[in-house]
Amino acid sequence: MADYSMHTVQNNNPIGKIALRWGLYVMLGIFAVFYLMPFFVMLTTSLKSLDEIRTGDLISLPREVTLDAWRTAWSGACTGIQCEGMRPYFWNSMLIAIPGVAISTLLGALNGYVVSQWKFRGANIIFSLMLFGCFIPFQVVLLPMARVLGMMGIAGTIPGLIFVHVIYGLGFTTLFFRNYYVSIPSELTKAAKVDGAGFFRIFWSIFLPLSIPIIVVTVIWQFTQIWNDFLFGVSFSQAGTQPVTVALNNIVNSTTGVKEYNVDMAAAIIAALPTLLVYVVAGKYFVRGLTAGSVKG
Amino acid sequence: MFKWLEENTPKLVLAPSFIAVMVFVYGFIAWTAWVSLTRSRLLPKYEIDGFIQYDRLFASPRWDTAFGNLFIFGILFIVIAMILGLLLAILLDQNIRTEGALRTIYLYPMALSMIVTGTAWKWILNPGLGLEATVRGWGFENFTFDWLVNPDMAIYTIVIAAIWQSSGFVMALFLAGLRSVDGEIIKAAQVDGIPTWRVYTAIIIPSMAPIFLSAFIVLSHLAIKSFDLVIALTGGGPGYATDLPATYMYAMAFSRGDIGQAASSAMIMMMVVFTIVVPYLYSELRSKDG
Repeated sequence: MADYSMHTVQNNNPIGKIALRWGLYVMLGIFAVFYLMPFFVMLTTSLKSLDEIRTGDLISLPREVTLDAWRTAWSGACTGIQCEGMRPYFWNSMLIAIPGVAISTLLGALNGYVVSQWKFRGANIIFSLMLFGCFIPFQVVLLPMARVLGMMGIAGTIPGLIFVHVIYGLGFTTLFFRNYYVSIPSELTKAAKVDGAGFFRIFWSIFLPLSIPIIVVTVIWQFTQIWNDFLFGVSFSQAGTQPVTVALNNIVNSTTGVKEYNVDMAAAIIAALPTLLVYVVAGKYFVRGLTAGSVKG
Repeated sequence: MFKWLEENTPKLVLAPSFIAVMVFVYGFIAWTAWVSLTRSRLLPKYEIDGFIQYDRLFASPRWDTAFGNLFIFGILFIVIAMILGLLLAILLDQNIRTEGALRTIYLYPMALSMIVTGTAWKWILNPGLGLEATVRGWGFENFTFDWLVNPDMAIYTIVIAAIWQSSGFVMALFLAGLRSVDGEIIKAAQVDGIPTWRVYTAIIIPSMAPIFLSAFIVLSHLAIKSFDLVIALTGGGPGYATDLPATYMYAMAFSRGDIGQAASSAMIMMMVVFTIVVPYLYSELRSKDG
C-alpha cells in the first residue's frame, strides 16, 4: 500500500504526456459532474420558488433563494391526509435506528466473539446459517413476519420495526465482528482463561477495548441500512409510525393539491442528511463496511 | 450447576441469535414455500394443492413483464456498473492528486436511500420540467427525452439511476484490488517496455478475478432486491411496464390481497438468489476453513 504511484502512466514524449494527463483530468471531471449533478439539482430546486421552477430550467441557480420549501418540507408537507411534514417521521426513524443499531451491534459482537474465540462443535455451521440469512431476498419473509408481528402485538409499532431490523441485521453484524476477532490470536483467550477470567470478563476487558474500529464500521453500516430501509418500513408500519423514507415517498406521490417540486427536493435532502453526514464524517469506515460485506474477511 | 453454566456460556450466548435466525429466516422461508403450494388468496390456507400458484404466476402477463424486466435491468445494471467502476478505478489509479476528493464524490450516492435517489431522478427525468425542458430551453426545440413516461423505455431510467447509485461502490472495490496487485511484477513489466494498457489487460485485470466475482455477487444481489428505486422512480409504471419481481410480490401481498401469488413470486426470487449466491458462499466458506 505504500507505493501509490506504481501504476503511473509511462510516456517519454513530454507533450503527449501532458496531453494525456489533461485528458485524464477532464474525464475524471466529467464523471464528477455526473455524480454531483443530481444532488446539485436537488439543492437548487429546493431553494427556488415554484414560479421559478416552472419558468426556469433544471440546472440554473435560483434567482431568489427562498427557504419556504424547506420549512414546508420539515413541518407542513402532506403525506396523504396528514400535513405535518417530515419532522415526525424523521424522529420515528431515529427512534427505530438508535435502538436497532445498538442491539444488533451488541449481539453481533457477542456472536462474533463466540464463533471466533469460543468455537464449539457446530459453531461453524451456525455461523454459515446466519451468514446465509444476509443474502435472502426479504420478500420471502414479509408475509409470515406480518403475521408474527401481529401475534406478538407489535404490528405497526416502532418496537416492531426495531425487532425486524435487529433480526435481519444480525447476520451482517456477526460477520463483521467474527472476521475482526478471527485475527486476534486465540492464545490471548487461553492465557486469560488460565488466569481465571471468565467468558464475559475476557470479552469486556480484552476484546471490547480492541474493537473500536469494527464497532464504528458496524454502527455506520447498520445505521445506514436501517435509516435507508424502505421495504420493512412500508410493510410493517402504519399511519404515525412510518420511517422517513416512507414519508418521503408519500409526500412525493401525494396527489392532492399542486405538485410542489421544491418541497419534494427539500424533503429528499432531509431524508438523506443523516447518512450523508455520516458518510462525510466517517467515509473511511463507511467504505470499509461496504467492502467487508463482499470481500473475503 | 454453576460449572455447567460456565462451560456452556458461549452456547447460551449464541442460542438466542441462532434460534431467531432458524425461526425468522429458515422457518419463514419454509412457511412461504408451503403457502406457495396452496390455494391461499386473502387469507392463508394450509392444504397443499400442488403448483397451482406457480401455474397462475407463469400465466400472468404482469409477472412475465416483471421477470423479463429483472433480466433487462439486472444485466444492463451489472455490466455497465462493472465497466464504469473498473474504468473509474483505473483512471483514479494514475497518481491523481485529488484522488481523495474524487473518490468521495463518486461514492456518496451509495450513502443515500434508494427512495432519495429515485426522487431525485424522477425530477430530473420529468419530461415537462426536467432535462427535456432544459435542453429545449437551450434552443433544441425537438429534443425529446421522455423515457420516464414511455412504457418501452421506462425500465432504462431505473438502470440509469441504479448505476448512478452503485457504480462508485464498484470503483471502490476495484481500486482496493488494483492497490493489492504485486507492484514488483508491474515494475518489471514497465522496465521491459511493455505499454501501460498491456500491463492492465494482461497482468492487472486478470489478477483481479475474485473482485469481479465479488462485485458481480453484490450487484446481482442489489438488482434482485431492487424495490425502493422502482417504487420511488416509476411506481412500477407506466401501467406495469417497470414492475420487477420485488414490486410484483409487494403488490400481491399488500394491495391485491393475493397471498398465494405473493408467496410463489417470493419463492422464485429466492431461487434466483440461491443459484447465484449459494455456490459463491459455499466456496468462500470452504476456502476459509481450509
